[in-house]
Amino acid sequence: MTLSDFKRIQSRRAFFKTCAGGIETIALYQMLARDGYAGTADRGNPLAPKQPHFPGKAKNVIFLFMEGAPSQLDLFDPKPALEKIQGQPLPESLIKQTKLAFIKPNAAVLASPRKFTKHGESGIEMSDFIPHTASCADDICLVRSMFTDAFNHHPGQLLLMSGTTQVGRPTFGAWVLYGLGSESQNLPGFVVLSSGVGTSGGASNFSSGFLPSTYQGTMFRNSGDPILYLSDPPGITKNMQRATLDTVRDLNEDHLGATGDAEIAARINSYELAFRMQMAGPELLDFSKESAATLEMYGVNKEPTRPFATNCLLARRMVERGVRFVMLMHASWDQHTYLNRDLKKNCDITDQPAAALIKDLKQRGLLDSTLVVWGGEFGRTPMVEIRKTSDPENAGRDHHPLAYSMWLAGGGIKGGQVVGRTDDLGFNIVEDKVHVHDLQATMLHCLGFEHTKLTYHYMGRDFRLTDLEGNVVKKMLS
Amino acid sequence: MLTAMRFLLLFVLAMSGWAQTVDYSKDIQPIFTKRCAGCHGAAQQMSGLRLDSPSAVIKGSYTGPVVVAGKAADSKLIQRVSSDKKGFAMPPVGAPLTAAEIAALRSWIDAGATVPADSAAREQKSTHWSFQPVKRPSGDSIDFFIRARLAKEGLQPSPEADRRTLIRRVSLDLVGLPPTPREVEEFASDQRPDAYERLVDRLLASQHYGEKWARHWLDLAHYADSDGYEKDQVRPNAWRYRHWVINALNRDMPFDEFTIEQLAGDLLPNATVDQVVATGFLRNTLTNREAGVDRAEDRFEQLINRTNTVSTTWLGLTMGCSQCHNHKFDPITQKDYYSMFAFFERAEERSIEAPLAGESGPYFAALPDYERKRSEILESFNIPPLYAKWQARMREAFAHQGANLEWDFAVTSFRAMFDNADRFLKGGVEKLERHEQDRLLDYFLNNPGPDITNRDKASLEVIKQAHTKMSALSLPPYSLAPVMARNPEAPATHIHIGGDYKNLGVEVKPATPSFLSKEAPENATRLTLAKWIASRDNPLTARVAVNRMWQELFGRGLVVTSEDFGTQGDRPSHPELLDWLASEFMDHGWSMKAIQKEIVMSATYRQSSNIRKDVEARDPENVLLARQSRIRLPAELVRDEALAASGLLNPAIGGRSIRPFQPAGVAELGYGHSVKWKESEGADRYRRGLYIHYQRTTPYPFLSNFDGPESNVTCSRRRRSDTPLQSLNLLNDPVFFEAAQGLAARVDKDVQGGFSDKIDYVFELVLGRKPKTSERERLAKYFDEQGAGKAAWVGVSRVLLNLDEFVTRE
Repeated sequence: MTLSDFKRIQSRRAFFKTCAGGIETIALYQMLARDGYAGTADRGNPLAPKQPHFPGKAKNVIFLFMEGAPSQLDLFDPKPALEKIQGQPLPESLIKQTKLAFIKPNAAVLASPRKFTKHGESGIEMSDFIPHTASCADDICLVRSMFTDAFNHHPGQLLLMSGTTQVGRPTFGAWVLYGLGSESQNLPGFVVLSSGVGTSGGASNFSSGFLPSTYQGTMFRNSGDPILYLSDPPGITKNMQRATLDTVRDLNEDHLGATGDAEIAARINSYELAFRMQMAGPELLDFSKESAATLEMYGVNKEPTRPFATNCLLARRMVERGVRFVMLMHASWDQHTYLNRDLKKNCDITDQPAAALIKDLKQRGLLDSTLVVWGGEFGRTPMVEIRKTSDPENAGRDHHPLAYSMWLAGGGIKGGQVVGRTDDLGFNIVEDKVHVHDLQATMLHCLGFEHTKLTYHYMGRDFRLTDLEGNVVKKMLS
Repeated sequence: MLTAMRFLLLFVLAMSGWAQTVDYSKDIQPIFTKRCAGCHGAAQQMSGLRLDSPSAVIKGSYTGPVVVAGKAADSKLIQRVSSDKKGFAMPPVGAPLTAAEIAALRSWIDAGATVPADSAAREQKSTHWSFQPVKRPSGDSIDFFIRARLAKEGLQPSPEADRRTLIRRVSLDLVGLPPTPREVEEFASDQRPDAYERLVDRLLASQHYGEKWARHWLDLAHYADSDGYEKDQVRPNAWRYRHWVINALNRDMPFDEFTIEQLAGDLLPNATVDQVVATGFLRNTLTNREAGVDRAEDRFEQLINRTNTVSTTWLGLTMGCSQCHNHKFDPITQKDYYSMFAFFERAEERSIEAPLAGESGPYFAALPDYERKRSEILESFNIPPLYAKWQARMREAFAHQGANLEWDFAVTSFRAMFDNADRFLKGGVEKLERHEQDRLLDYFLNNPGPDITNRDKASLEVIKQAHTKMSALSLPPYSLAPVMARNPEAPATHIHIGGDYKNLGVEVKPATPSFLSKEAPENATRLTLAKWIASRDNPLTARVAVNRMWQELFGRGLVVTSEDFGTQGDRPSHPELLDWLASEFMDHGWSMKAIQKEIVMSATYRQSSNIRKDVEARDPENVLLARQSRIRLPAELVRDEALAASGLLNPAIGGRSIRPFQPAGVAELGYGHSVKWKESEGADRYRRGLYIHYQRTTPYPFLSNFDGPESNVTCSRRRRSDTPLQSLNLLNDPVFFEAAQGLAARVDKDVQGGFSDKIDYVFELVLGRKPKTSERERLAKYFDEQGAGKAAWVGVSRVLLNLDEFVTRE
């Protein structure tokens, strides 16, 4: 490419700049193609918006990842029958083949001390720890029949997020970004927010695996720059930064003229996007234009909801600005011990903001196109775990992969219903089993993907999020 | 029709007890061929079962025989074909066998299941290109093969790159650091005909060579400084392996030796400590210390990882597919896979004492005093009885699991956190090495067990006091190294059906892959495997190795899928050249430096990388190499180059990992806020990128931004992405801002002249060349805008460190 070629493209590019988001880069590459740089142009913008296999109801995803495995028996799946055998082991026939992480299968039953009541027109039963979520019962599809293959945290989280218990595969958000591209010109397409402590999976929960790193989740941080290196170095003003970027661009264009390598054009674009991110970041974080009612609904300005509420409100603002996939992690729900105390603590932090997110998306007409999912990597046992026999408050529950609960709402999902049923003791599923691969298949369906066809060729074969499994759960769909 | 009649007849006969007339060839094999051989035949052998040859039928599947002579009802074959249970019945899809077919099989088995001898051996070796022996083609140079192909396509090669481009290119490629302005000038004005060769020789002899090429090898080994998974504990001695790689490469250790030592250095006769440390290659697998994890399962995962890493690294094969089933595309059976796996099953992880130079003297001088003081403290607090009781309780709880919940948990945690815990639990403290015994005592002092922690405040207090006093004692360092050792007590290896660690099939012995090698000797060890991998008999090793070197020097391999030389991988663009290079490599004693020199001396390598319109449309991926390629530098090199240009670089070679500045909030993402990032002090912060501490769950963000691999599985080729996060990183990261300030200061100090001299110098420092007029004018404009002072030079430096050319090897 000669410099004049590029200048010509640049001037045309200026025209496209005024058009809708995303078009600029595509246009640049289309022009490169037309001007005889077919090969390099094919390598075009990997984040350009793409069409899924069929029109999906959901355009965006907010995944409220409750790391550590929340206790379904104390939140979503009432089991009064457990009260009758409180303190005794479960029937032998039930636990014969069972292997658990810490406790022995014959550990005593712990009936939930929670009070469950029916909510909404749908009459879904939920516990007194989550009154706000319960108030959204008619928008929620509560799945009581989730199950998974792993009963330790990191493998379980990998299975939920990447479809396999092994490290190294792309995660949910990466697949979605790979399949749909990004609508945002100023923000990353896959954003991760966190509250609480760090997670077992760490960065492997939002890795791009063997997909290009362009698709990996960008961590929005809670302190300092929301995106790493977003603010200018100390002493550098906005004008200085702009002048520096202008010079970088001009010298890069000069070098593009000398070498003819279209990769340089791509880098010029990346610098422009970086600068726009620097502008968009502070705007995104600025809640001053949110109404007092909104801030109050989420609980942004009070404890203990503040950190999670801030992230929920950010998630809504990101979806409004075209971010494709927002993963919101809260850790940890791993209540091996002190179940009553620590589960309540988590609920007090997350219940109100999560419910506010649904209500807020709904009142803004965004819920229909946003798929909201709440849940962890597995559930918890009906049996008690005690690590300190001297302290009665110490009681908790072990990991339970055979049956647990999650909820979904919004884009493509039929609210106000319960899918699946567990047995009277909450140990096994007796109706409509939903494996995490089925959940993945269903979520991809909501986004317009045939989950078996969203593939990437690597190491000699096609890989997909649902590995070799997965069925769309039709009952969950609207 | 006739067959149907015959079956009907057999059916009747069978019913009436006349079974003798069944003939294998006429009656049985046709059933197998028609109904079973699709999945249990030559193309694939599901569950290891093959029903297309008489002997294979008798041999059975991975779970054992399927035919019990004389007992049809006990034969799995009959049970499966006569079942109607979904998931168990065979065939799994399509019509079930007819009653007559089943009757024929029954009769044949009840009559003794006699079979004829196999017809002539039908084992056919694969014809896939990479499994054929390497043959040296006629031709005498890289350029011969490349130019022959270009001529065929009617293309001309590009002219040689100018001298300044060339020295920057070959310096970045061989040592990973840019040339200094003086080196550039010297080379540019060196009129001797062998000036370039002298340059290449100088670079190959540099100690930085080992650092540059170690990084590529560490990607394959998936080196990291932590365990991975939830706990992600730091591995303080992991660096010993990296150190070994750097030294081996600097010495140009022949690749066959390099291979053997990493896979089985511990098994070499009279192995040196260094040779044992080489087996650290196999210690880069993850360790899951989540307390609830089944130890056997974690070990299984590690063995899978080792098998896959070794096969990709040396054989360029994606053997991982065969963990669960026979490879769908390559002739790798599940048996091959677990026969390879068996080599690693017979090894265990060890930590050995591997003192560094100068450590032994001071350590042994101080040791007696240290041990004496430790004993004194223990005695003074009366710890030994408590410690003895704890040991007894732990071993008892291990032997009788389920007897006591609290102690069960104590044992589970101990087994997760304490390496080689089972040796103690099974055999007592005597089974531990001395340094492990010290560690066991430390473990006890930190975790004195539930009886004391939950109920005995007085003892707990005493232990705390003793621990505090003990912690104040110190001993001069005496380094350990993570290695592999033979495990004489290793269990037998079985095929794992469906890749499930609990689901065992038939037993297998350690053996090299059957489709590539002759029968393995009896009692093959890791050393047998290592020697076979590094032998000329193996058609893959040399090809895979030279292809990777080519990949790093041209941006793509002759085989693009450098991790996959199997049937699903790409075919070589220049098959003869690949074989010629592989032959050269082996004929020159497997010298890596020799083959790299051969490549960088070629005219093909020295070409300009500028895009040519005439070539671009026809060969956009630059497969034919009518030019060199422009390559975005690997993550570590971007940082190294910035540090080198600014004069901040600390060029010390080898040693421990370092922690440069990392923004707050990154390490905190680790599990339960357990990861700590304590920034290195002084010049350590400015060491090269390959020394940056790699914490698997919270990797250093700069490395991830620039496509550094995640280090969980082997990585044979890095991506080269281009993202806005990279731009932000180079623009605003304090590390790069500091480099810009350093660069500005260096220009100010080194050049007395005016703007023009200074701009020349800073350009040479960063890009290895002088600015063009247009560049000079643009920067002058910027410089004036920024006030033309010291701050403006920082600005100019930032501009240069953000140019595409800066992050690119031209």
